[in-house]
Amino acid sequence: MRPLAERRPRGSLKDPAPSKWHYRWQRWMLTPGIKAGLRVGLPLALIGIVASVWFSDEANRTALTARIDALKSEFQHRPEFLVTSLRILGGDDRITSDIERIVKIDFPVSSFDLELEEMRRRVAALHTVQEARIKVADSGALEVTVIPRVPVALWRTGDNLRLLDQNGIFAGALASRAERLDLPVIAGEGAGAHIEDALAIFARARPISEKVRGLARVGERRWDLVLDRGVRIMLPVDDTMAAIDRVIAMDAAQDVLERDVAVVDLRNGHRPTIRMTKAAAVSYRRASQTGAEE
Amino acid sequence: MKDLYDSQREMRKLRETAMQRGVIAILDVGTSKIACLVLRFDGAASQPQGEGIGSMAGQSSFRVIGAATTRSRGVRFGEVEAMGETERAIRTAVQAAQKMAQVRVDHVIACLSGARPRSYGLDGAVDIEDSMVSDGDIGRVLAACDVPDYGPDREVLHAHPVNFALDHRSGMSDPRGQIGQKLTTDLHMMTVDATALQNLYFCIKRCDLELAGIASSSYASALSTLVEDEQELGAACIDMGGGSTGISVFMKKHMIYADSVRMGGDHVTGDISMGLQVPLATAERIKTFYGGVVATGMDDREKIDIGGDTGDWEHDRRTVSRAELIGIMRPRVEEILEEARTRLDAAGFEYLPSQKIVLTGGASQIPGLDGLAAKILGQQVRLGRPLRVKGLPQAATGPAFSSGVGLTLFAAHPQDEWWDFDVPVETYPARSLKRAVKWFKDNW
Repeated sequence: MRPLAERRPRGSLKDPAPSKWHYRWQRWMLTPGIKAGLRVGLPLALIGIVASVWFSDEANRTALTARIDALKSEFQHRPEFLVTSLRILGGDDRITSDIERIVKIDFPVSSFDLELEEMRRRVAALHTVQEARIKVADSGALEVTVIPRVPVALWRTGDNLRLLDQNGIFAGALASRAERLDLPVIAGEGAGAHIEDALAIFARARPISEKVRGLARVGERRWDLVLDRGVRIMLPVDDTMAAIDRVIAMDAAQDVLERDVAVVDLRNGHRPTIRMTKAAAVSYRRASQTGAEE
Repeated sequence: MKDLYDSQREMRKLRETAMQRGVIAILDVGTSKIACLVLRFDGAASQPQGEGIGSMAGQSSFRVIGAATTRSRGVRFGEVEAMGETERAIRTAVQAAQKMAQVRVDHVIACLSGARPRSYGLDGAVDIEDSMVSDGDIGRVLAACDVPDYGPDREVLHAHPVNFALDHRSGMSDPRGQIGQKLTTDLHMMTVDATALQNLYFCIKRCDLELAGIASSSYASALSTLVEDEQELGAACIDMGGGSTGISVFMKKHMIYADSVRMGGDHVTGDISMGLQVPLATAERIKTFYGGVVATGMDDREKIDIGGDTGDWEHDRRTVSRAELIGIMRPRVEEILEEARTRLDAAGFEYLPSQKIVLTGGASQIPGLDGLAAKILGQQVRLGRPLRVKGLPQAATGPAFSSGVGLTLFAAHPQDEWWDFDVPVETYPARSLKRAVKWFKDNW
């Protein structure tokens, strides 16, 4: 029998077989979970330990945040990101001065520090501005593009004169009618909400436009067309346009509006009524009396 | 026999687990070398498609990702003789193969070449219950085979149902679904020494590996060296290993006989060592470099330096002619082949329709062996090399690896064995319930 005890001197004619523990170790290392753990888990754990030890020191944390802030501001204040001027496109002088008052910035400033959305909201809140866009354009200019509100009518309420755009939205105030002679005037309670009807009426009444002074909303349901010399044309609620055509036809045929009438009442379509002025009525009566006497 | 049935089923289950995990090792424990192959199974996705490509028998589903060989120590005649040495040799081979594969292997399919295999042909017959053959009927007919008394110290290694016959029709491979009265089967059973099996089992267990299957190496090498028509028409595979020579006879793609001769290449080496008075290592070297079995006039003039390091000048400068070497080797090779011939005759090999004989194994590489074998075994002799499987290293494609390669095929596509079929439940409640159901079916 072979000797059971190992008597062979070490190093000479080594047994090629792995020892039991070496064999087990190698199998353990080839186990998929262990393999993945050693390749991924162990480095991750080491990184985690080092990082947590480093971060546990207060001084390190503050130094890191300070460093990050410094880098950030250094980056944000590079000349590529500097905004140096304000450029306003699409507004008249008044709008421009208003915007300059609102967007008050000490140039130069970094584009990262600008609150563009907030600024845009504030510019768009101006009455004279319908829409506003703000962007940082090339060559470091803060570019504000505005579309101004176009006033289409004047609304007289008491002593105030308001400018209205085509949606009936307030677009500024006027001190006197003389400033905008080109715009028609409307008046009365709730007139501003029906600006479209009013504009349609003005368009229909173009043939007599040199006589028209304005429109008055009556009882929040119908319109009175006010002409010069204080003539009022009372329009009905329905068939307003037909009534206007009728007045124009009457005027063309009989020069009704040239005569001494105070009111042309068209509220009842079957029976248009004309009210004369007081003087006319008096002189008419006198003339007929005289005629009767003769 | 019940516990063997259970242990074989358990091994089958382990094999399924290993296939699912995707990695399994093949261990060929031979007398002269221990080979370990690591297989990776990657599903049937890589099955090649096209005309003329059959099922491939699972050969396309795996790939050899690790291979290692080591000199075997502690194995004689294909049986484990020194447990510690064998265990260490297995460890060496498995570790090297794992290292090449870069994956840990837990399940091993092993084969052993010795252990005195013995073949039995069994038959059983059973009446079909409801005229159509079902799975249960196959299980019953296999259970009805009368098992001979093969001795208490032996274990069943293989039990292949070779043939089914239904009434007067024979030669069926799968009678399920057919209609008949009486089902009979032929079963080929192979038993080996239980102790040899147990020793191998413990060696593998001590390497922290699970045995997921075990096969006879003569069966495995026939799987890899016999081509399909040889397996179908009838052929014998003679696996000439180091310590034993395995013989298996195939017919209709089933092994019908297996045996082993307890002689092999190591005995040739021993003869050279004794005849030339040289150590075994030198004898092995001389055999592999200059060996042969047919001497010619040229061989008389070719002198071989034997060498030696005794310090005696005369002794260390001996030469021998190649003819003398052949004169030593040939009788032993003839003896091995004649012994194989005897075993084949005993098995009735000459009555097979085709009598092809394929020589494989490490010792079949002796130059001129095919000519010598043709004289002893008949004219239809050829030298066989194992099938080429994917990923096998060039160094492991020689005939010495035919049983290892055969085991890979065995792992990928095992043949049905007796324990793959469910034993019918013969307990009373199940039977009576079945009869009640049958009564209802017949009467309603």
